[in-house]
Order: sequence, then C-alpha cells, then structure tokens
Amino acid sequence: MKIDATGGSDVAPADVTPLVQLVAPDGSRVVGPDDAALRERVAHLTTDDLRAMYRDMVLTRRFDDEATSLQRQGELALYAQSRGQEAAQVGSARALAGQDYVFPSYREHGVLHVRGVDPVDRLRLYRGEDHGGWDPNEHNVHLYTLVIGSHALHATGYAMGIQRDGLVGTGDAARDAAVVTYFGDGATSQGDVNEALVFAAVNNAPVVFFCQNNQWAISEPTTKQSRVPIYRRGEGFGIPSVRVDGNDVLACYAVTAEALERAHSGGGPTFIEAYTYRMGAHTTSDDPSRYRDLAEEEQWRRRDPVERLEALLRAEGGWDEAWAAELEAEAEAYGERLRDGVRALGAPAAETIFDHVYATDHAQVAAERAWFREYESATAGEEVAR
Amino acid sequence: MSTQTTTQTLTFARAITEGLRAALESDDKAMLMGEDIGRLGGVFRVTDGLQKDFGEARVVDTPLAESGIVGTAIGLALRGYRPVCEIQFDGFVFPAYDQITTQLSKMRYRSRGRLEVPVVIRIPYGGGIGAVEHHSESPEALFAHTAGLRVVSPATPQDAYDMIRAAVASPDPVLFFEPKGRYWSKGEVTLGGPVPDAGTPGVLDTARVARAGEDVTLVAYGPTVATALKAAEALAAEGTSAEVVDLRAISPLDVPTVAESVRRTGRCVVVHEAPSFLGVGAEIAARVSDECFYSLEAPVQRVAGFHAPYPVAKLEHEYLPSVDRVVDAVDRALSF
Repeated sequence: MKIDATGGSDVAPADVTPLVQLVAPDGSRVVGPDDAALRERVAHLTTDDLRAMYRDMVLTRRFDDEATSLQRQGELALYAQSRGQEAAQVGSARALAGQDYVFPSYREHGVLHVRGVDPVDRLRLYRGEDHGGWDPNEHNVHLYTLVIGSHALHATGYAMGIQRDGLVGTGDAARDAAVVTYFGDGATSQGDVNEALVFAAVNNAPVVFFCQNNQWAISEPTTKQSRVPIYRRGEGFGIPSVRVDGNDVLACYAVTAEALERAHSGGGPTFIEAYTYRMGAHTTSDDPSRYRDLAEEEQWRRRDPVERLEALLRAEGGWDEAWAAELEAEAEAYGERLRDGVRALGAPAAETIFDHVYATDHAQVAAERAWFREYESATAGEEVAR
Repeated sequence: MSTQTTTQTLTFARAITEGLRAALESDDKAMLMGEDIGRLGGVFRVTDGLQKDFGEARVVDTPLAESGIVGTAIGLALRGYRPVCEIQFDGFVFPAYDQITTQLSKMRYRSRGRLEVPVVIRIPYGGGIGAVEHHSESPEALFAHTAGLRVVSPATPQDAYDMIRAAVASPDPVLFFEPKGRYWSKGEVTLGGPVPDAGTPGVLDTARVARAGEDVTLVAYGPTVATALKAAEALAAEGTSAEVVDLRAISPLDVPTVAESVRRTGRCVVVHEAPSFLGVGAEIAARVSDECFYSLEAPVQRVAGFHAPYPVAKLEHEYLPSVDRVVDAVDRALSF
C-alpha cells in the first residue's frame, strides 16, 4: 500500500464497502438481493409510523437551528449540531425498547428527543447551567459524555450488569434489556472504545455500539482514524458488524432492531457504522471552511436525510399538505417554547458548587463550604471584582 | 449476616481477603474485578479462594486493560452493583487514570446526586520489596487531589479488614491503597460484627493515634506507620517521647486529630514514601501552620521520597524513609 506524505492512505473506505440501504436518496425503496430480512423488519411500519419518524427528524432539526441561534445570541456557551445525522439517531432510537439504556456522546439530540428528554433540559449543559441536565433513570438515557469514547466502557459495564440481573434471553420481550452506546468515527481511535469492544466481546454483553461516521472528527477526516472501513474494526474483535446508510432512517431502524434482537436474546454485541455526514460545524466554535470544501458539503446536501424521508412519504402517498402545515406550526411553537425555556434558566445558587461532591460528609468540602458561606455573607451587597 | 465476632491472627493480606469475603457475603451486589484475581487469587493472593466460593460472575478475571476494568466497573455501579477493582500494581493504575479522574470522581457531582458509583479501587502500593520498575510507586497524592474520590490506606491488619468493608459499603468511590510491603505482617484481627462506618465519622474519615507521646508528632499512613513506630521506639531509648498519628484517610484529611497532637507536642514530622514535593506532607505542613501557628517550636519536617523516579531496587532503601531519617528529622525539629 502506498502511504502519502500526509500520512493518509490511498484507500478510500467509502469506495469499497456496500451500505445497507432500504430507501434511496430519491425516496424509492431499495430491493437488494440480501436485504429480505432487513426489509421484513420495517414491513410493519405504517404511514403514521413513517410520519412519526419524520416529525422526530423535523423537530430534531428545529432543535438544532434554535440552539445554534441561541448560541449566536449569547444564550448558550457552546452547541454541537446534529444536522445531517437525524436519520441515524431517530432510526436507531426508535428501535429501542423502553427498558433499554442509552449511553450517548454529546451530539445525540435526536436520540434524546425520541427518548423524551425535555428539550430545555438538553441545553442546560450547553448553557453552562448544569453538567448534565436530566435524570438518567427517568428516560434510561445516561448524561452526555464529553471525554471522547469514555462512555463506551460504561455502556459495556452496564450491559454486564443487565446480564447479572438475568435480563438477557428470558424470552419475554418486555423484560429482555440491552444497551446502545453512541460515538463517532474519531472515538474509534480511543483506547476506551477498543477496550469496550474487548470487554463486550469476551463477556458476550448485550450492547450495541452505534458509531455515527460523520466523516469528520473536528477537522480530521476518517482516513486519519482508520485505514479500513470503520465497521471492520468491530469484526476484528469478533463482533458482528455492519455498515448502514446513516441517512436512511428505515435502514438505521432495521439494523438497530436486528442488533437489539441479538443482544436481547443473548447473542451478544453488535457494531454498527452509520455512514452519514456532519452537515454543520463540529460545534458553534468551529469553522469547517478551513478544512473541507464546498463541493463535498453540496454532495452530502443532496443526501439530506430529512428530505429523503419526505421523498419516501410523497412517493408512497403518505404526504399530506395539511399534515405538513400542522407539523410546521408545531415546530414553530416548539422553537418558541425552547427559546423561552432556555432564556428562563438562571444560574444555580453559588453554594451548589459544594453539593454532591460526595454522598457522605467530607471534612475538606465542609470546611470550604463554611468558609465560602461566611465570605459570601460578609461581602453581600458589595461589588465583586473579578 | 451474623454480628458474632471472632478474633484470629492474620496477615495483612489475609485480613483484606476476609474483609472482601465479608462484603461478598453481606451484599449480593458486591463483586470483584481484576487481572488474575480468580483462579490465581491475584498476584499477591489477596483474593485467594474467593472465585471458588462466589463464582465467576462475582469474582471476575478481566481482560488485561485497566481503563476497561474501571470503566466497566462504573457501568456496573450505575446498574446497581458495587464493584471492587484490583489494580495489579501501583504503576499500572495510569491507564485507568482518565476513567478515575474524569468519570468516576465526577459522576455524582455532574448528575446532581442522581447517579451513584460506589466503586472501590484496590491498589497495592509502595516499595521495599525489591521489585522492578513500576512496581513500587506511591501515587496517592495524585488521586487525593481530585475531588469526589475518597483516598485511604490502612496500616494494620485490623484496619485493613475494617476499612475494606467500609469502603465497599461507602456510596462514594474509594481509592484503597494497600501497603504491599506490609502484606505479610501479622496481627490480631477481630472478624465479623457490623460494617464499620455505619455512622460517621468512621475508619474512612479519621486518623488514629498509634502511639501516645509528648515531644514530637510523627504523622504517617500506610507503609510508613511501622517505620514511624520503630523510630518512636528508638527515640524513646534516647529520652524523646514521640506520638505517632496514623492518618488512615488522606481524603478527607483528619486535620483536627493531627492539630490536636501538634498543639501538645509543638513539633511535627510527616513521613511518607511518595515524593515530598507537592505531596501529602506539604498539605499537612500547610494545615499545621494554619491550625498550630502559636504552638509550633519548629518548622514541620518531611521525610519522604525524592523528586526522582522510583530508583532501582538496589537503591530503594536509600530512597525510602528509614528509621534513621525519621530520627534525623526529629533531631532537626528538636534542635531548631
């Protein structure tokens, strides 16, 4: 193999691997020779189901646009967009059962939408008001993890706990549980993700590794992370692995449903690479014009996942203008609620700095809290020099 | 579980084994994870026999990956388990350093108390056993510097037994530093009874006075408590009465017990194997100067490792705090 001077390889992973795809970019159904089992997994989805998925994706994109604006207005410290990844997130999350548990990275706004995490709560972290923002056990969604890939191990350990609880392979679909963890292409270079794959494989843990390969880890293309297609890393650990068109919501739903069935029934982990694109910047602090070209962005814009589902609905008679107008009005109201809700978030009381550092008394925390309380009360009303 | 107690003479290592056994018996969510801890019983045999008695799901031989051990332990803890991880040697904790400091320590805080991660990380630490590189280190200050972790180190078999049980029962993550050079020392251990620290403050929060004295306070923990006690013995022969305070806990630090002693003696010598620069002794010196300023007859002295990597085994006894170096420091404090 020839290695170029920049360290990249001359093998373009995208060119050599077939994608699982059930809906083409033009909205037509794809009928491949080996897809019968996967097509069967979406056969039960009605027009209403497809509309519900479309609604999830539209509201997720609205969330993205509103949050980006709020950041520009100074209401958020930072925001990481999910634009372009709505199909991967909504499709996979819709395949989950209520008792399944999610360990997200920090861009999984579509997953959290499907799981019912309040949109305002989802922005507390980016507002600088909370390091988390929601009760993980209320929605079976762990907090966002900002250290890349660390949570893949937490997901695997959690899945090992589910095994020990005897909730794998019971044959009762209402009880069997699994874990899905989300991360990106960059995270696959982290030791923790690789160790998670090792632990999951040797323990046969009920965990689905859902990698959204959005082509960019901030400014670094996937070729800086791997010389083989990302999904083949899973295979190297002995884990069934698949690459799916991440902009095809039905294909993402189908492969995740298949992986969850494997996990629930005791078949162990699965690695899914959802091949997609980060249409926006890494975060509101990033400037993609410095490292990627407009032609690429334009090429992916033609593969927009929201437009693809719209095209499918139109092609199959599921599109209705009155319904679409209603959804647009709903999105407007949703945006307004989000803006108002975020602006209404104040700062926590200063003394909460010392809350929940430990479960039980800790002498140093107690002493510093007492000092701080006294200092604050002695200087109350005075102008603070920072 | 029975509250009946029995007393036996046990090695330090065996006292920990029995503490782990008691934890596994009393809490079916307690479990052990680590490299070679199952069939082998751990390289120091601390978990000897436990896999046979409690099964492979509760005493887990893990892949050889420290970050993986701690990271999956966090996940298990989030699911309601109480994992006790064994890190084989002090110098091998660093692959897990990220999980411990960025994840384990902050989970309760960042979830505003909604999540609990009662993980115990056992680390055989310290030198004096003639080991090769990375097998003799004392990284406790690195962890004590991180809020959210409890950092403790027992010095006696009884404390080893009591403190490991308390650590497993603690809702907070605990870094449990085991002075491996003391593993083979023996002592009487009262086994059984209720889990210590059912009420606070307990063995995870408080120092103990290991020997009473009047002229100088020797502050030590883990492996150097024995060194301090020997030094006190030697000093007694010279007519100097040394008090020995065994910290037991490094985070939190029991400042009142140290300060009460130093106010009486007017002199303080801190002894630990870790380097003195920015170490536990530096914090003790600062606290003592805060709390005991008008009682001090001499600056706080430190007897500790040097600001050099842990040396080769042939030189480790020049590096480690010795009885002579402690006595020398006491002489400096007395003649100031």
